[in-house]
Amino acid sequence: MSKTVLTVDDSRTMRDMLMLALTEAGYHVVQAEDGVHGLEVLRATEPDVIVTDINMPRMDGYGFIKGVRGDEQHRTIPILVLTTESDAEKKDRARRAGATGWIVKPFDPVKLVDAIRRVAT
Amino acid sequence: MAMDAMAVIKQTFFQECEEQLAELEMGLLAIENGDHDQEIVNAVFRAVHSIKGGAGAFSLDDLVHFAHIFENTLDLMRSNRLQPTPEVVKTMLRAADVLADLVRAARDDGDFDDARTEALAQELAALGNGGVAVSAAQEKEEEVDLSQFRPRPIAFNFDEEPAAPAEPEKKTFSIRFKPKPDLYAKANEAALLLREIERLGVATITCDTSELPLLSELDPEGAYLAWTVELKTDADEATIREVFEFVEWDCDLEIKGDAASEAEELDVLALIRKVREAVEPEAASVSPEESVPAKAREPEDRGPVKSADILKIDQSKIDQSKADHAASGPQQTTSRVDRDRLDRLSELVGELVINQAMLAPRVTEAGLARGSDVTVGLDELEQLTRGIQDSVMAIRAQPVKSVFQRMPRLVREVAAMTGKSVRLFTEGENTEVDKTVIERLADPLTHMIRNAIDHGLEKPEKRLAAGKPEEGLVRLSAAHRSGRIVIEVADDGAGIDRTRVRASAVNKGLISADAQLSDDEIDNLIFLPGFSTAEKVSDISGRGVGMDVVKRSIQALGGRISITSKPGQGSVFTLSLPLTLAVLDGMVVTVAGQTLVVPLTAIVETLQPKGADVHGFGGGARVIAIRNMFTPLIDVGRELGYRNEAADPLTGVALLVESEGSMRSALLVDAIQGQRQVVIKSLEANYRHVHGIAAATILGDGRVALILDVDAVVANSRADMTAYLEPNLALAG
Repeated sequence: MSKTVLTVDDSRTMRDMLMLALTEAGYHVVQAEDGVHGLEVLRATEPDVIVTDINMPRMDGYGFIKGVRGDEQHRTIPILVLTTESDAEKKDRARRAGATGWIVKPFDPVKLVDAIRRVAT
Repeated sequence: MAMDAMAVIKQTFFQECEEQLAELEMGLLAIENGDHDQEIVNAVFRAVHSIKGGAGAFSLDDLVHFAHIFENTLDLMRSNRLQPTPEVVKTMLRAADVLADLVRAARDDGDFDDARTEALAQELAALGNGGVAVSAAQEKEEEVDLSQFRPRPIAFNFDEEPAAPAEPEKKTFSIRFKPKPDLYAKANEAALLLREIERLGVATITCDTSELPLLSELDPEGAYLAWTVELKTDADEATIREVFEFVEWDCDLEIKGDAASEAEELDVLALIRKVREAVEPEAASVSPEESVPAKAREPEDRGPVKSADILKIDQSKIDQSKADHAASGPQQTTSRVDRDRLDRLSELVGELVINQAMLAPRVTEAGLARGSDVTVGLDELEQLTRGIQDSVMAIRAQPVKSVFQRMPRLVREVAAMTGKSVRLFTEGENTEVDKTVIERLADPLTHMIRNAIDHGLEKPEKRLAAGKPEEGLVRLSAAHRSGRIVIEVADDGAGIDRTRVRASAVNKGLISADAQLSDDEIDNLIFLPGFSTAEKVSDISGRGVGMDVVKRSIQALGGRISITSKPGQGSVFTLSLPLTLAVLDGMVVTVAGQTLVVPLTAIVETLQPKGADVHGFGGGARVIAIRNMFTPLIDVGRELGYRNEAADPLTGVALLVESEGSMRSALLVDAIQGQRQVVIKSLEANYRHVHGIAAATILGDGRVALILDVDAVVANSRADMTAYLEPNLALAG
């Protein structure tokens, strides 16, 4: 059975690109548009890995990560954040919020899959 | 395959850009109006950030470059290091325009104004420097910084393995890796990292379990294990460190090159099994396949340690966040539906409405009692039908926002061209109306706004002299009023100069010099074809498009336009439009035994002609005197070829209609049956174009009725009449 990746991003473009890269790599993908939506989808779909953007309306990536880490049922799910290269501060903040790792935007599909493999089977 | 998919995503990206650009502009305008809500600043930042992100993925370098500078400046504003003064926001609005141009240039493979882009990029950078212009050296530095931002092209090719670096020489590394509890708390997994290390070459992994306490003393959230890895690989140290990239803060990591060690060989699976055996003896029988994906620390292993509290706190934050959002307005979820399907649905609902209307009289005819099951069921059907009709109309309805959003930019541009200072104020942009109406509203509105700034507002000096604020105000508003949408374009300019308008109309032969006109009538002269009050045709309004064209396009939508003006205080143009183009308010009339529908919007009034008022000319042409104005009397029956002989006007009804160019005519029909809403059916789509007929409809009794094209009938009749009466026709005035 293929692994399920939950992607959380408010940009349709980014969601579509993640979908393309991940499905081509054999993952099953579920999507959410922001942190609040992400927590809802999380509970409904039980993903194996989460890839999330940081800057989103309603609930940003930090809030979302804390939400996942605070959820007894889902706290062990690896979470990768999407961030731009220059955002050392963001990376650090995401890490402190409980992110498992990060993917640099614009992402290289090969590196994306590499990163997922590094945090999930 | 992948390339096609990318092309589709690219399209999505440009669509999304338009949404982000609209969001950006709206946010900046709100900030300009003094709304300093942090969420608005965030939304504005996010819009630019999103555009940059997508642009990077498609290697749209110019766009990324500009968006990056813009983003940096917005970031300063976001963190309160840059105050949103009017000057700052104005620059940002212009930057938003440049960004929009760059997006469109990228989308259409078109050009953009290089100099303007560069100038604004520098202005933005200068804002970041506290208004100090960027010196050459700093600029250079900025360039260097930006070079990090070159988007990396994406190779969506999964069939090919990335080329392995040609480095034959193998080295041996000694790695010591000791996770801290935080590593596990962030859902990182030591075993997975070790597996990645193993991929790099030949690894000998030793697990150090010396710190492992007794099970009874073991903290499920603790970290007790450490690993030593002897790795023979052609990868370099950086590659090894990259494996631990995510965990370098959460573990002790030592990597030494060219070390030798005699470690016990263990593969990762055996290792995990060993660990599990140590931690929980009952799990010893777990097969290796299962033990890989299974976390060394399953949730149930951890026990209820403090996590309930964590959950509680975070849940409350989530709730708070939800509440915050609820306060800031509902999130819209949308589905994209093919337009044809929607049209088909509207059509079917139209049929349903007609069918339902047909049933009612049949039931009455059948003599069924009012309280009978059939009657009651029919009443319910009527309710449901109406409900469905409303819902379908709601699906087709969209807020006028999409058109209103284009106006701020227009205002800025026209203001810059005319040297006027203008503030645009919009309200009611969430007012909904049929999508088709919205699409056809953009041009007339654009023209009216241009007009309001160019002709309505005075030059700043003049305004100051008149004791008004230097900045002119243009208000654009929308509201629902009695089943229609009413849009107003108002300005606080000088108002209509009636003396000049009148003189100009006389000059152009539109009215006679001694015509008696009320103020209102003078104001409405500007809607006459070929009327232009500007002494000198300006670049902006004088494009050969006059207010007559605006009026014409509004009428084509079944709408009306009017103007009220107060000298020295300004003018208000009022548009009233139907909420949908699928149904029409019509006057049902009888002509030569046929039933016709005349659009109600065209009818000014109805009257019973009196013998003394009707005057005949040769060739059957007649005029009717209405309040001392001679108005052509058009026999609809003859015009459409239903009869050859002219009908007796005294037994019929005259409908005073207003058609193209504010010309009034009287349509003679035999009788009025009533007024009703009809569903418009295209005649062209079902039959062919018929002169004088706009469309068809099906009445409640199931008969087809034609909808009159008032403009066409009037124009045709006037052409006939003019040909006949050419030398001495002087109807106007």
